[in-house]
Amino acid sequence: MKLITAIIQTDRLDHVREALIQADITRITVSRVAGHGRQEDIEYYRGQKIAPSLLPKVRLDIAVNDQFVDITVDTIIKAAKHGMGEIGDGKIFITPMEECIRIRTNERGGTAI
Amino acid sequence: MVKKISTSLLLVFAAMMIHGTGWAAEAVTTDTGTTSWMLTSTALVLLMVPGLAMFYGGLVRTKNVIGTMMHSFAAMVVIGVLWPMIGYSLSFGPGILGGFIGWDPKYFMLQGIDETIMSTHIPEYVFAMFQGKFAIITPALIAGAFAERVNFKGYLLFIALWSILVYSPICHWVWAADGFLFNLGPKGAIDFAGGTVVHISSGVTALVAALFLGARRGYPKNVMHPSNLVMTMMGAGLLWVGWFGFNAGSAIASNLDTARALTVTQMAAASGAFTWMMIEFLHHGKGTSLGVASGILAGLVAITPAAGVVQPAGAFALGAIASVICYLAIMLKGKLGYDDSLDAFGVHGVGGIVGAIFLTFFIRPSWMAEAAGKVAGGWTVMQQLGVQATAVGITVAYASVVSLILLFIVEKTIGLRIGENDEMSGLDHSMHGEQGYGLINPN
Repeated sequence: MKLITAIIQTDRLDHVREALIQADITRITVSRVAGHGRQEDIEYYRGQKIAPSLLPKVRLDIAVNDQFVDITVDTIIKAAKHGMGEIGDGKIFITPMEECIRIRTNERGGTAI
Repeated sequence: MVKKISTSLLLVFAAMMIHGTGWAAEAVTTDTGTTSWMLTSTALVLLMVPGLAMFYGGLVRTKNVIGTMMHSFAAMVVIGVLWPMIGYSLSFGPGILGGFIGWDPKYFMLQGIDETIMSTHIPEYVFAMFQGKFAIITPALIAGAFAERVNFKGYLLFIALWSILVYSPICHWVWAADGFLFNLGPKGAIDFAGGTVVHISSGVTALVAALFLGARRGYPKNVMHPSNLVMTMMGAGLLWVGWFGFNAGSAIASNLDTARALTVTQMAAASGAFTWMMIEFLHHGKGTSLGVASGILAGLVAITPAAGVVQPAGAFALGAIASVICYLAIMLKGKLGYDDSLDAFGVHGVGGIVGAIFLTFFIRPSWMAEAAGKVAGGWTVMQQLGVQATAVGITVAYASVVSLILLFIVEKTIGLRIGENDEMSGLDHSMHGEQGYGLINPN
């Protein structure tokens, strides 16, 4: 089992969501987050050095069984990309997942996903 | 008493005959009381536009909130420019082209009214600005029907053309002293504050636009939740408050008629909201905030044409009838499957027609007596109903045909319906490069 975390641009949310549904990945959690990626330009404001401003992003958390990792990742990459790919299109993190429990039934493991 | 009322009514209507034109520039003094109230009303009606922006903005999805609010604000911008330039002249100038529309070169840029005090004892500037607010809010109402799927530039062109070719002619027919609907029957087609001019014209256009542009992507299969009902409630509240300027200001006076209009406006709004809430209790077991907001609007829309002629009991009835019929209309929309996204037709079109037609049965007796005194053989409720139905029928037919042509022209030139990609991204990103609700971000 893996936990796939994707950080994408807000305007691609519906594209990614619909593509995932088309690919039969329907169990997702979405949150609005803010952050910055590789932004090297430190801004100056009235002579003071300040950190670059936070940009709004959308975060998707998707728990999948191992055989669904590739299709999930490919789908997100395809749908989240602007044109041929632009700075800020986002990132995907994949982490191993120890356990998954369905609260209603107390079911555990791969079938609970 | 009755005689006194009818005399004062006669005076007011005589005054209204003249104020519509402002041709007579004889030396009249300014009445500071009336002018103060009309200035206040003018501001109140403009307050309805941000109110509408909040009402509509709260009802759309998060990705479209700025785009939707901009539809209302763009009307303030575009019509705000057009109205003093040509709109006032087209609406309230003396009739040209056989009374189809008004025009008087001296009204261009309002240059000829710098000194004018109208026979209603207010500066003509106040009247022109007051009417300008109506011209602003009317096209903004239409935007509810095609929310979440129109091109911003196409929208700008559409409301500009619509204001010139639909709003101004209808406004001229109904409100200018030489308008043919103003003079239909012994005392004219009754449209006190804009049932036909504002609500039916925009509501019918809304329906035509919803049908012409087609449904939003995913409608009705996907549920589209309102982004912020709190904002919608604040918007509905601002609309209610602003409506006192809209209706009570339309007496162009500060007297008994103003008081009557204000009273019936308050009653119809409350009655509409109460009725809608009761229907929801019976139908779903819960009264919703959106239901109350819709009921408020249905009641206010229905009383708009009637505020000068009905008594409180009639206002109560009109609010209730409007809520029942608008509720049914919105349920029917679900069955028919067209996407009038924010129910611009369901509330403004239907509510406006209900008000303009049903007001006939609640006209105060003194008004009817006076109408009867003007024609040989008397004047009956059914005859006035005929006049009202004619005004409604002409407005519906004219607004729908011309709007369809304008929609077609805009769609074929600048483009009105946005592409699928832009629609999925949302208007805020694709049309404005911005996003609403910035405060939920950490900075």
